[in-house]
Amino acid sequence: MSEPVIICRDVHKWYGQFHALRGIDLEVDKGEVIVIFGPSGSGKSTFIRTINRLEEHQQGTIIVNGIELSHDVRNIAAIRKEVGMVFQQFNLFPHLAVMQNITLGPIQVRKWKKKKAEEIAMQLLERVGIPEQAEKYPGQLSGGQQQRVAIARALAMQPQIMLFDEPTSALDPEMIKEVLDVMVELAESGMTILAVTHEMGFARAVADRMLFMDAGSIVESGPPSQIFENPQEDRTKLFLSQILQH
Amino acid sequence: MTTTASTTQGEVLPPPTERYTVLGWLKKNLFGSWLDAILTILAALFIAWAVYTGANWVFKTARWDVIVNNFALFMKGQYPTEEAWRLWLVIYLAAAIGGLMWGVFVRSREMAGWLLLILPLLFALAALALGSNVWINVLLIDVVALVAYFLGRTFPKQLQRPTITLLLLYLPLILLIVRGFGENGFMPQVGTNFWGGLLLSLLLAIIGIVFSFPIGVLLALGRQSELKAIHWLSVIYIEVIRGVPLVTLLFMGMVMLPYVLPAGLRIDNFIRVAVAIVMFAAAYLAENVRGGLQSIPKGQYEAADAIALGGFAKMTRIILPQALRAVIPVLVGQFIGLFKDTSLVALVGLFDLLGIARAVLANPNYIGTQLEVYTFIALVYWVFSYGLSYASKRLETSLGVGER
Ligand SMILES: Nc1ncnc2c1ncn2[C@@H]1O[C@H](COP(=O)(O)OP(=O)(O)O)[C@@H](O)[C@H]1O
Ligand SMILES: [Mg+2]
Repeated sequence: MSEPVIICRDVHKWYGQFHALRGIDLEVDKGEVIVIFGPSGSGKSTFIRTINRLEEHQQGTIIVNGIELSHDVRNIAAIRKEVGMVFQQFNLFPHLAVMQNITLGPIQVRKWKKKKAEEIAMQLLERVGIPEQAEKYPGQLSGGQQQRVAIARALAMQPQIMLFDEPTSALDPEMIKEVLDVMVELAESGMTILAVTHEMGFARAVADRMLFMDAGSIVESGPPSQIFENPQEDRTKLFLSQILQH
Repeated sequence: MTTTASTTQGEVLPPPTERYTVLGWLKKNLFGSWLDAILTILAALFIAWAVYTGANWVFKTARWDVIVNNFALFMKGQYPTEEAWRLWLVIYLAAAIGGLMWGVFVRSREMAGWLLLILPLLFALAALALGSNVWINVLLIDVVALVAYFLGRTFPKQLQRPTITLLLLYLPLILLIVRGFGENGFMPQVGTNFWGGLLLSLLLAIIGIVFSFPIGVLLALGRQSELKAIHWLSVIYIEVIRGVPLVTLLFMGMVMLPYVLPAGLRIDNFIRVAVAIVMFAAAYLAENVRGGLQSIPKGQYEAADAIALGGFAKMTRIILPQALRAVIPVLVGQFIGLFKDTSLVALVGLFDLLGIARAVLANPNYIGTQLEVYTFIALVYWVFSYGLSYASKRLETSLGVGER
């Protein structure tokens, strides 16, 4: 067995006086697909955002791809190169065309030639199913298309790990599937994925492990079969019964 | 679906249109009630009186000879007439760049229309006021602008970069041309004390815009900086300058600077007022740009961080382009204000458009022509201010400013 690609040991985070992460321990192996779920405000976003240092943790250790996150800016940059992120609100760059959105990182950070970056961007657009939108601006696309561009933008950096923070929560129902399809394909291709989502169909289909978070801690973790059929914790049961009711 | 049949082309109902006869329109809009009718008649009488009086003054009473005889003075101050071709060159360059920009970025046919329409008008004015070779230049400038416009329209992709380069080079280029070099030779030096009239006003405005822009952007970024020293220096600069009227800065530059500087070191008056104007404009620009920076959602910073962009690329590729685009209308407004504010240099003894006006009015030959002179310079200020405002509106629409 090789080293885990993400190691979190006793990670704590405070917003002022508010204790948002209360000792998170987690190891993620290469190629693992992890789904994080739990009530709103339980710290899911905060947690996955500490992994690429969009949020700073104040106690504990986070090691990504063998590099420890510290105040060293070079370490942060090195980790961010290997960690792609997809946001709930897409956060595409509205003043850049789809193609430029995708190639900006590779050209600026990976120092690729424009031509190479554009070829790879085109392949990625085909992979997410919208090669014909390359010249459009984000504002001209539907939510589902924008989120697929966002996925392509993250993949263009050729990351080792992908983080998803509720990627389908801002989408109209008919567009959720097109984004999930891309995520399933990505999961099956062997990408290491941490996804915050309440799409239980997705979790059941591709997750290796599910983490239930509440009040800043991981309350329960296990494979989907255990979480769905035989949850150990009352809080997990209660939460699942609430979201699976409909 | 039950509605399929009614969605075919022929059966779509047109929106209801209101049809008016002329009388119907008059009745509805102007004579709807007794009060409306009375107001309409009063307003019509007032307009008629104003137009009659105005026309009477313009065509009968006004002494336009004060403008005609001093036209060159108004335009270029004491700039030597033998060297006036250099100023024409400056205008030719402006026409070429303006035409290119319109063709590359705006691309509407309106430009051609304007040029074809304005042309005869300018002709008439020029011939009337200035005689001799002026109209040839006007014609050629028009042609240059048109050609540049069509070139830009035809090769927008290829000419985009050259156009922007030319635009950036414009100020250094015209300063070189206007100032010249060497004692004699083909472009002998013309000291800044000879620069005057509209030439001086425009140069000060362009310098103010071009230099205040980068300084203002840096100040705005400085104000947002997490480095306390930079943050406070920016805040202090911005707030101090914004708390002082421009006239005060100009007087400080003109009157106080000589005391502060070592004896013998004299700084050109032009440079002093230019520096004061730039310093002043930069502080205001910084505040406007800050408004733009604050309008950028946090998600944009995070997305840039997530793809590992460095601080410089994040600012220049993601944040500033959006922030500046968001404040273009405000900045244009500020630049128009700046152009008009340059008239304050007349108060510290420079002969810009307003300074020349005051000098002309001091001439005993032109006693009692205040109205003519001030009407004229107001018209000049208006033409340039409105032109800038109009052009920028068009540029904004075609650049999609305000859309996200
Ligand atoms: N920038 C912040 N400042 C203060 N409190 C925050 C901030 N971000 C999140 N929080 C708080 O931290 C808790 C966890 O938030 P978050 O990680 O966004 O939850 P989740 O993603 O699980 O809904 C919430 O109670 C939230 O109010
Ligand atoms: Mg969240």
